[in-house]
Amino acid sequence: MALSDKELKEIAYLARINVKENSLKKLKKELGDILNLFEELNLADTNSVEAMSHPLDLSQPTRKDLVTEKDMREELQKNAPSVQSGLFLVPKVIEGED
Amino acid sequence: MDFHNLSLKEQLQGLKKGSFSSTELTSHYLERIEKYDDELNSFISITAERALIQAQNSDERYANNQAYGLDGIPLAHKDIFCTKDVLTTCGSKMLHNFVSPYSSTVYEKLDAQGMVMLGKTNMDEFAMGSSNETSYFGPVKNPWNKEYVPGGSSGGSAACVAANLTPVATATDTGGSIRQPASLCGLTGIKPTYGRVSRYGMIAFASSLDQGGVLAKSAEDAALILEAMSGYDPKDSTSLNVKHIDFQTNLNESIKNLNIGLPKEFFDAELPPYLQKSIQESVDVYKHLGANIVEISLPNINLSLPIYYIIAPAECSANLSRYDGVRYGYRCKNPKDIDDLFMRTREEGFGSEVKRRILIGTYALSAGYYDAYYLKAQKCRQLVANDFTEAFKKVDVILSPTTPGTAFKSGEKTSDPVEMYLQDIFTIPANLAGLPALSIPCGEHEGLPLGLQLVGNSLQESTLLQFAQAFQSNTDWHKKLPNI
Repeated sequence: MALSDKELKEIAYLARINVKENSLKKLKKELGDILNLFEELNLADTNSVEAMSHPLDLSQPTRKDLVTEKDMREELQKNAPSVQSGLFLVPKVIEGED
Repeated sequence: MDFHNLSLKEQLQGLKKGSFSSTELTSHYLERIEKYDDELNSFISITAERALIQAQNSDERYANNQAYGLDGIPLAHKDIFCTKDVLTTCGSKMLHNFVSPYSSTVYEKLDAQGMVMLGKTNMDEFAMGSSNETSYFGPVKNPWNKEYVPGGSSGGSAACVAANLTPVATATDTGGSIRQPASLCGLTGIKPTYGRVSRYGMIAFASSLDQGGVLAKSAEDAALILEAMSGYDPKDSTSLNVKHIDFQTNLNESIKNLNIGLPKEFFDAELPPYLQKSIQESVDVYKHLGANIVEISLPNINLSLPIYYIIAPAECSANLSRYDGVRYGYRCKNPKDIDDLFMRTREEGFGSEVKRRILIGTYALSAGYYDAYYLKAQKCRQLVANDFTEAFKKVDVILSPTTPGTAFKSGEKTSDPVEMYLQDIFTIPANLAGLPALSIPCGEHEGLPLGLQLVGNSLQESTLLQFAQAFQSNTDWHKKLPNI
């Protein structure tokens, strides 16, 4: 199956990955080939089968509601591209405040 | 002294007896890395200085009779395992400058045994690939023939063990990333049962499939390290809280009267004649050792590849959403707004295979397609798991080739993603069902090694290792190493 340019652009935006116009054609073909692989699943009868979300049939373990992690803010922020006063810096998100 | 010709057990005995020190052993491997790795490119980081300090500490523990179980033995970690104060890149530009503030449980456990880390090994970006050609840090070469790929995603770990640049290396396996490179580089590689090895600090790709394991030169070496890596970890909510199993004691037990299943679907596939021949000879070895050979059927096994390429990308698209240029890793230059920051950071920071998988996963999870793809794949996954449950009522292990052939040439499959995906056709089913599986060398063709895969029932790593050990006690394939 083939994706349209519009579909591909929508998915790319959902995934927050910029896709250049000149790479759309190649990418559509590659993704189309992968999607074609999936057709085989339509032949399988899964009417009475439950979805398997995980290889282990476990219930989610719980722990006591206690603080176990120490404060590592400074260490963690050493890896950040841009930090100010202990906060991560990003371009302005709220408009109209110049 | 050629320390690299000794098994792990022999190296340990030598250290215990004081025949040589960990500093000598470590220096030997560091020298080999220095000499040979420029060409192989199996390491992303070489931590020589740190290794020599660790080795010296180990020597002091031996001198004071305070040595730990694996004290002084060098190893390499796949660069997917976080190691405090050392670069952990996952083979990606996105994490090219990431220094983890904490260590993975796998690192901690082996460190607590006194093991010495030589460095961090190269890998396909975020463990997505079967040839180690998607790494931001350049491709890894196969030490058997440098025009060929070592397999992936744990290609760096496989290449450096095969080239004797380290006695052993950690690795991870989501769809075959331990077993396929083991097969292509002539090594013993084991992926344990899902949940056996903690995933804490192991950078996530597809969380319901990822599992850590070992690449080694023999079943005996692999058993030793796997045992030290395994165990319940409260920091990983999918870690199995089961009794710790000793993988050593039963290693040399006979496999007489145990049952080996040959899935007819795998043998119906068009295998090259040299591979059929090697597999048949391996089956004969097992027959000779008294195992029973049983033909079995895994009727839904042909669905494994499409199931995997829906589920793994779906989980990857969710896991990799954390790389947004805000808290760590790569950030694009001069973002004009927050969306531009996200979109260009991810465009520039990820390689093309990673982006393809994120896009496929995003599509499979998006409104209108979720039922048709993701839910359908999860239902089919259950069918494959049920096939294994039925099969293991009759047999102890399931035997097949590990890969559809020997290593392929660099660049041969890079232009066609689907062609590359077919590399993992035999290895993916064990990940879908969460079962333990290993690959051992079983032959060669035109100077390149071939691998045999054994899949075991849940938590039956001991049985698998026992079968591998029986094979290696009666054949020499695992002793053949490349002439680098």
